[in-house]
Amino acid sequence: MNNETFQKIKQEALADWQALKEKTVIMVGTATCGRAVGAVEVMRAIDQELANQGVKDAVLMEVGCMGHCYAEPLVIIQKPGYPAICYGYVDEGTASVLVKEFIVGDDLCIEFALAATEPNDMFPTFEDFPRGMVEQKIVMENCGIIDPHNINHYIANGGYEALANAIEMTPEQVLQEIKNSGLRGRGGAGFPTGIKWETCQNIEDDVKYVICNADEGDPGAFMDRALLESNPHQMLEGLALAAFTVGASHGYIYIRAEYPLAVERVRMAIEQAKDKGLLGNSVLGSNFNLELEIFQGSGAFVCGEETALINSMQGYPGIPRHRPPFPAQAGLWNKPTVINNVKTLSYVSHIIKKGADWFKSIGTPENPGTAIFALAGKIINTGLTEVPMSTTLKQIVYDVGSGIEKSKKFKAVQIGGPSGGCIPESLLDTSIDFDSLSKIGAMMGSGGMVILDEDDCMVEIARFFLDFTQKESCGKCTFCRIGTKQMLDILERITKGEGVLEDIDYLGELAQNIKNGSLCNLGKTAPNPVLSTIRHFRDEYEAHVIEKRCPALMCKELTTFYILPEKCERSCDACIGSCPVECIYSNEDRIKVIDQEKCVKCNSCLDACPPQYDAVIKLSPVDMLKVKENVIDE
Amino acid sequence: MSKTVNLTIDDKQVSAQEGEMLLWVALENDIYIPHLCAMKDYTPYAACRLCFVEVEGKKAPVTSCTQPVYENMVVHTRSERVDELVKKGFELIMSNHHLDCKNCPGNKNCELQKIAKARKLPLKPKKLIQQVNEELPIDDSMDKIVYDPRKCVLCGKCITACKENGNGILNFAHRGIDRVITTFGNISLKEAGCLDCGACAEVCPVGARSIKE
Ligand SMILES: Cc1cc2nc3c(=O)[nH]c(=O)nc-3n(C[C@H](O)[C@H](O)[C@H](O)COP(=O)(O)O)c2cc1C
Ligand code: SF4
Ligand code: SF4
Ligand code: FES
Repeated sequence: MNNETFQKIKQEALADWQALKEKTVIMVGTATCGRAVGAVEVMRAIDQELANQGVKDAVLMEVGCMGHCYAEPLVIIQKPGYPAICYGYVDEGTASVLVKEFIVGDDLCIEFALAATEPNDMFPTFEDFPRGMVEQKIVMENCGIIDPHNINHYIANGGYEALANAIEMTPEQVLQEIKNSGLRGRGGAGFPTGIKWETCQNIEDDVKYVICNADEGDPGAFMDRALLESNPHQMLEGLALAAFTVGASHGYIYIRAEYPLAVERVRMAIEQAKDKGLLGNSVLGSNFNLELEIFQGSGAFVCGEETALINSMQGYPGIPRHRPPFPAQAGLWNKPTVINNVKTLSYVSHIIKKGADWFKSIGTPENPGTAIFALAGKIINTGLTEVPMSTTLKQIVYDVGSGIEKSKKFKAVQIGGPSGGCIPESLLDTSIDFDSLSKIGAMMGSGGMVILDEDDCMVEIARFFLDFTQKESCGKCTFCRIGTKQMLDILERITKGEGVLEDIDYLGELAQNIKNGSLCNLGKTAPNPVLSTIRHFRDEYEAHVIEKRCPALMCKELTTFYILPEKCERSCDACIGSCPVECIYSNEDRIKVIDQEKCVKCNSCLDACPPQYDAVIKLSPVDMLKVKENVIDE
Repeated sequence: MSKTVNLTIDDKQVSAQEGEMLLWVALENDIYIPHLCAMKDYTPYAACRLCFVEVEGKKAPVTSCTQPVYENMVVHTRSERVDELVKKGFELIMSNHHLDCKNCPGNKNCELQKIAKARKLPLKPKKLIQQVNEELPIDDSMDKIVYDPRKCVLCGKCITACKENGNGILNFAHRGIDRVITTFGNISLKEAGCLDCGACAEVCPVGARSIKE
């Protein structure tokens, strides 16, 4: 790299970063995940305590999300002479303790520490835990370490070097590197990024566009949000490299309006990059120009589909259209347009900097690189993780996620967002990559992963996800509009115990046709949760229709609550007080009885009954109640 | 001028202008393919999903309204896969259609009846629940035309026709199963400034928009 302008920028950034490294720095994770549990308050408490203690030389800094969302709010303290330590579950009280004991005093407060963030000989780092051995961070590497508001932090850690390198190369050379790397789109479909860019590069047109798709409409997914909130420049650099490669001088970042913090941080990042000459006219003195703008989407799930996204940017309703032409051929305002996901773009600078061979050394030949997942559901460590493609589901659930909550039994992984599939225990050795997952009826999707346990009913799970896609169907085409509604009606019947055996096969038949017949990928993938649960959990469907029994005791219509007389403590009235409809009474022996007519099956009594008595149980099918009651009568 | 290409549709040799959409080429050669939403000379809307055919060399059936013809193309308008898709698609449409042929102004001039006859499909779906919103009011505010939204198959043709010939007062509203064609603000045709030109009824493939007797 011999761009002098960039060298100067880099020196300045390094000096800035170095100066920071020599100070006491308190970093608070203030991405949305941290904010949701009080990170801003923690930050304020630290500020207050620093003032109270008269500490003047400590720097209080905001950082993004490291992925350990289960332990938010997170605070990292870097104090000269000590390894940087990450503290978890910090509240305002802990915050002032940390200031008093560690910043002012010299007590590391290991009782609050999760791990060190850099190797040292005092304290284990995240990498020393089973999770750290599985994880490999490329795009999340600097998340939670650098201040997303400060471009110098990004530059000091290698940022914009790829762009500086690229403008000394030809667009064809950059394209070749991306093609060689085998990078596949992380927005869901896994389409090779190089081929998309090549299509666009090959079309002669004065006006072309690049768009970053940050619509992220999957419920429960927040990888893109976390990346934008934690390291916005990484995506911007990728977008700039895309623009340089295809010959675009205008780009947009399509962010859902529900992500105000991401919008704010990206906006600030664009401004700072422009100020440094890394965006705008004549990037780093070259003849490459790039104007970037944010477009705020109004949040419909289908607007994440690229043709719907373009329609909505042009002021039309967000409704998909037939492809081809693909956006790379005729996209925004009918001009060749590259659309990539936030994650996809975030890999680009690393590939240009470290080379295609390095990228291909991670993951599998067909699926190089890492995958980022948002772990949710019945798992101990919820949050974000980045692992090499080819990691198995088992490693994610047990090593990264630390297994199932409350020592319950694992049942399935729902992967790929609302249109993904459910994977049973027997397939937990499946490696996560685009191809292996689609082979077993699931999909990579954009990276949502929900862990389900024995208390989750697979029919209800399928109904839940289909309910989402059915509501989000734009309604344009026949199969998706009417077909998903028909499927949902059948599923509702089954969860209410009104289904018949033929329903199961008919569901499968409808599902297959919706997959084959729908216009866009929303409809084409919407039946996945139903198909995969029928495939792997058919016994649960059959229990619902034949025995009117919900094996997981989840479907309300098929379960009742019952208080075991032999277990009820009698003098304890916990359940009575907890019932919102006051339908629990004491019989002559003071044993508690539920008035089944009035019961709304809200679970309150079950939760309220003290664990040492454990007298409230659920029964399914509902007829089991008669059996129980007869025993008492006799 | 674009060049002429030769292709085979169901063993029939036909020729057409390169790039023309297959659906129109077939129809012009008296080969029927079910279709509701395609309008000649317009960008294919591709929403009804009934015009599926097999093209040799392609993995899965394709919609013929979006498939440009090319030299030596070999097309089969029927196959097990195509028939299954058309049957299910048609069933779904019929499960969302207020079926009352006897009293319908569209009777005998209805694309749904035509498809049913051509493909030997029942008009009344057997296993599916009726999804028609019977509450949707009939718009009888004009002298000449009348609109019964319960019969609409959402092909979108009337929107285009109204834009071209009338005042451009029609559009889609709502999403998913609630999608309807209506006026801006869901007011009556009269209030919305309908010209009563009848262009919508002209293009409507079913009896949803019709000219009063
Ligand atoms: C219903 C639907 C929703 C989608 N939502 C998103 C989204 O939120 N973010 C995204 O990047 N891609 C989404 N996609 C995929 C996009 O259409 C497109 O393939 C992707 O942005 C391309 O980027 P990539 O090649 O980097 O994956 C969605 C697709 C469908 C069918
Ligand atoms: S598949 Fe669904 S979301 Fe996609 S165009 Fe058809 S109706 Fe709209
Ligand atoms: S009213 Fe007729 S023309 Fe208009 S969308 Fe409905 S079916 Fe099509
Ligand atoms: S005519 Fe082809 S989809 Fe309607």
